[in-house]
Amino acid sequence: MPANDPHTHDHGSELSEMQLRVKALETILTEKGYVEPAALDQIIENVETRIGPHIGARVVARAWVDPEFKRRLLTDATEAVNSVAEFDPVGAHLIAVENTPQTHNVVVCTLCSCYPWPVLGLPPVWYKSAPYRSRTVIDPKGVLADFGVSLPPGTDIRIWDSTAETRFLVVPIRPDGTEGWSEEALAALVTRDSMVGTGLPKSPEENKAGAAR
Amino acid sequence: MTNSIHDMGGTHGFGPVESEPNEPVFHEDWEGRVYALQRAMGATGLWTIDGGRASLENLPPLAYLASSYYRRWFLGLERRVVAHGLVGEDELAAGRALRPGMRLNRKMTLDDAKAMSFANFDRPSPGPARFKPGDPVRTKNLHPATHTRLPRYARGKLGTIEAVRGCHVFPDTAAVGAGENPQWLYNVVFTGRELWGEEADPAIKVSIEAFEPYLVPA
Repeated sequence: MPANDPHTHDHGSELSEMQLRVKALETILTEKGYVEPAALDQIIENVETRIGPHIGARVVARAWVDPEFKRRLLTDATEAVNSVAEFDPVGAHLIAVENTPQTHNVVVCTLCSCYPWPVLGLPPVWYKSAPYRSRTVIDPKGVLADFGVSLPPGTDIRIWDSTAETRFLVVPIRPDGTEGWSEEALAALVTRDSMVGTGLPKSPEENKAGAAR
Repeated sequence: MTNSIHDMGGTHGFGPVESEPNEPVFHEDWEGRVYALQRAMGATGLWTIDGGRASLENLPPLAYLASSYYRRWFLGLERRVVAHGLVGEDELAAGRALRPGMRLNRKMTLDDAKAMSFANFDRPSPGPARFKPGDPVRTKNLHPATHTRLPRYARGKLGTIEAVRGCHVFPDTAAVGAGENPQWLYNVVFTGRELWGEEADPAIKVSIEAFEPYLVPA
């Protein structure tokens, strides 16, 4: 359990209090005809199974193998993602930012928890936590160190604070040693954190070691 | 409120970022229910996303910091349904409906949920954009008592327009029921040194998405 968010899970009393209060509110809203339980179940299913980093990984992998797609992605990410996702993320104003040997991009929301749901799903606890929201804009290298990431000396760091309804997807650098790989094989290297900027894609060796475990 | 605890950028002392391996989407079932209730009630159109954010920002600072993410969402939602007259305090206390519900213009159905749409905030432009990429701008030194999306660390700072995002719903008015009032939105980039002083790492740049009313020519 994340130590930076101790109040989520540590206190049995709060848990039972929250279970009761949430159940009560859902009951009231349902009885009054404001919500449909079947719709609520579907909303949860959407974020547990339909959207998630697998979509972003497909988008990034395609950008790695298809220069024309990459051009579209960097020009109008919403349009490009539409053509890859199995649903229409109409509305979401997505912006893709590309890592280069010169510049590494990191996405944050200092004011709340804005995150590119259509391509990454719901954000992890750390993304919404006070440590990440407070430090990323002032000490990004320290934050990257928390994730075990160190960049080559001389790399510039660009922080994107998501202060409006625009949402950012980082396109990481394609790992070395992946020449000729299929889009599907490449997608397996693209981690969630690499698309937020707090991680790097897996190398072919790391991926092999992970698969063997 | 604007200068409240939610505006965390640059604050010291919260400690390291700790990532949880193989983290589930929700840690407890009630978190998923809160998420779903929030989405479903948001679809009624009775309040805006900015009004929802404002209700979280208005939580007492100690409650904000001491609550988990979805507990904050729950507390905000509870406040909102009461404030809009959808639910009575007596009903919350009773844990069940004591009166029939109000008529809603919109309600999220199962089919709506299956369609999985995302809200859109882009709007037609009311006039020409004041700035273009490359323009130097200064953010205003604003401290409104109501909702804003200009973070404190980026107020009164010199930056450069990097991109024009089109016109978008203006959170500052949408949050207080004063209408969408669409405004041009820009990506404005600052050097680390402009934001954090001469000691800051020269390799760092930070950008925000800034609405035109936050900016003046520099």
